[in-house]
Amino acid sequence: MSNAFLSIENLTQRFPSGKGEDLTVFENASFGIEKGEFVCILGHSGCGKSTIMNILAGLAEPTSGVVVMDGKEVSGPSLDRGVVFQNYSLLPWLSALKNVTFGVAARYPGWPAAKVTEHSIQYLAMVGLEGDTIHRKPAQLSGGMRQRVSIARAFANHPKLLLLDEPFGALDALTRGTIQDELLKIWSGTSQTVFMITHDIDEAILLADRILLMTNGPYARVAESVEITIPRPRRRDEIIDHPNYYAIRNHLVHFLATRSRELAGQQARGESNSPRTVRIDRLGDAKAEDSDDPRHGSHLRAVNQ
Amino acid sequence: MDRLSTNQRAAILSFVILVLGLFVWEAAIPAQKAASELTEYERLTGGGAPKAGVPPPSQVIVKAWEQLSDPFYDAGPNDKGIGIQIAYSLYRVLSGYFLAALVAIPIGFLIGMSPVAYKALNPFIQVLRPISPLAWMPLALFIIQDSNASAIFVIFICSIWPMLINTAFGVAGVRKDWVNVARTHELGPIRTAVTVILPAAAPTIVTGMRISIGIAWLVIVAAEMLVGGTGIGYYVWNEWNNLDLTSVIFSILMIGVVGMALDAAFGRLQRAVAYAE
Repeated sequence: MSNAFLSIENLTQRFPSGKGEDLTVFENASFGIEKGEFVCILGHSGCGKSTIMNILAGLAEPTSGVVVMDGKEVSGPSLDRGVVFQNYSLLPWLSALKNVTFGVAARYPGWPAAKVTEHSIQYLAMVGLEGDTIHRKPAQLSGGMRQRVSIARAFANHPKLLLLDEPFGALDALTRGTIQDELLKIWSGTSQTVFMITHDIDEAILLADRILLMTNGPYARVAESVEITIPRPRRRDEIIDHPNYYAIRNHLVHFLATRSRELAGQQARGESNSPRTVRIDRLGDAKAEDSDDPRHGSHLRAVNQ
Repeated sequence: MDRLSTNQRAAILSFVILVLGLFVWEAAIPAQKAASELTEYERLTGGGAPKAGVPPPSQVIVKAWEQLSDPFYDAGPNDKGIGIQIAYSLYRVLSGYFLAALVAIPIGFLIGMSPVAYKALNPFIQVLRPISPLAWMPLALFIIQDSNASAIFVIFICSIWPMLINTAFGVAGVRKDWVNVARTHELGPIRTAVTVILPAAAPTIVTGMRISIGIAWLVIVAAEMLVGGTGIGYYVWNEWNNLDLTSVIFSILMIGVVGMALDAAFGRLQRAVAYAE
């Protein structure tokens, strides 16, 4: 695990609760992300997903534990880790284009202005924003367009790790679908490593290589790492016909509905909490049937790390 | 009537109110009795001398025309054109005001960024802010020993508070998300202040500047009445001493017009830095 591109080691976050005892959000959470991987994290509100995201972004400090990216310990925010916030976080006094050039100019201080603009226009076009639209202020754009600008700003900077904090949470279902497709398109053209928080199971299956499942807090932990055994390129209307789709989806729903609660509150007692890898594949390995979870029948194979 | 725009209808109404107001003013002033109608007794008790009364608007308009057609004449210390007097006042207001901005905006930034600085400086601000600016005048005259510089100081001290408080308020209220955007883009403190915090807080800061310029223009009239010599405030007082009420009314109107122009300039600036979230 420690030789992964991004490795989270024994991360613990406690907040003072005001009653003398500290509130432990999560304890000794450990997991890794490979280069070029798209990882989603699913869990109920309050399990500390956003806290993990803020620690990865360098905007918050963990109580203990380290995050190592590309061999270097993460401390403080960096241009190597781009963030797309749920509320877009565009600067409202700048046009869409200027919001992107703001980022590009910070990333590549040596570039002449014309190159910065050209690069920004190119990335805005990749998320479907062209023409007059890019000269509008965020207040004159729809929620979907604003989030597109935010995604363009993040991708244009070529960060080593892209952090998406529920980027589609505030959008309606149809817009969300379109922008998910655009995100997939722009991601598949790069080898961008992405870590994304979401509440939406279908979104996670569509986008991710791997889904991390978190138990409920306090003492939340990353309990499972579910591989998405659906080949790419994926299309939302095709993947639902894939035999693995509902097997994976059911597993995720079961986890979020019942097991996230059953597994909650288990204190680590000094142990490192690495997630159990779960691989569900109805096509490939029919003979590997050593499931320890009877609800998923013979189609679940669990591998303890 | 319905086909006229709101602005057109408002302009017509304004004009009607103006004409009515001037008419009532003109009509309310009692006419001087002609000498031939006076009784013996009235003539003996001085009834024939013209009564000092409020001048009618027609006289004020004539005076305004006279003054505005040659605003910059200079016929000695007590007889200068209205343009020169206003220029003196503007010079004092703007120098005191910009000195205040130079002090208030950086300190306001500091107070807005640092809770410690805010708590440390707040008691001083709360005590100094409610002091009438003219109360500083004797002290200023004693220390600075120059009436012109003292007037500028009084403008400085009255302009500083709204700018200081609004800057601190605006800077402290900048959304955390925008600061986080600056942090994730590795902007240093100076660049964050200039490219994120300043534009984010600009509408609040400019509101403070607009309030300040309004107060400064109010205070300069009183300050110049005290220090004398030049300026629109001195001009009003001088004309009162001359018992030239026509000039007094004319200069009161000019104070209003200049104040409106200053406010409009900052109103434009305010619109330029405004943004919708």
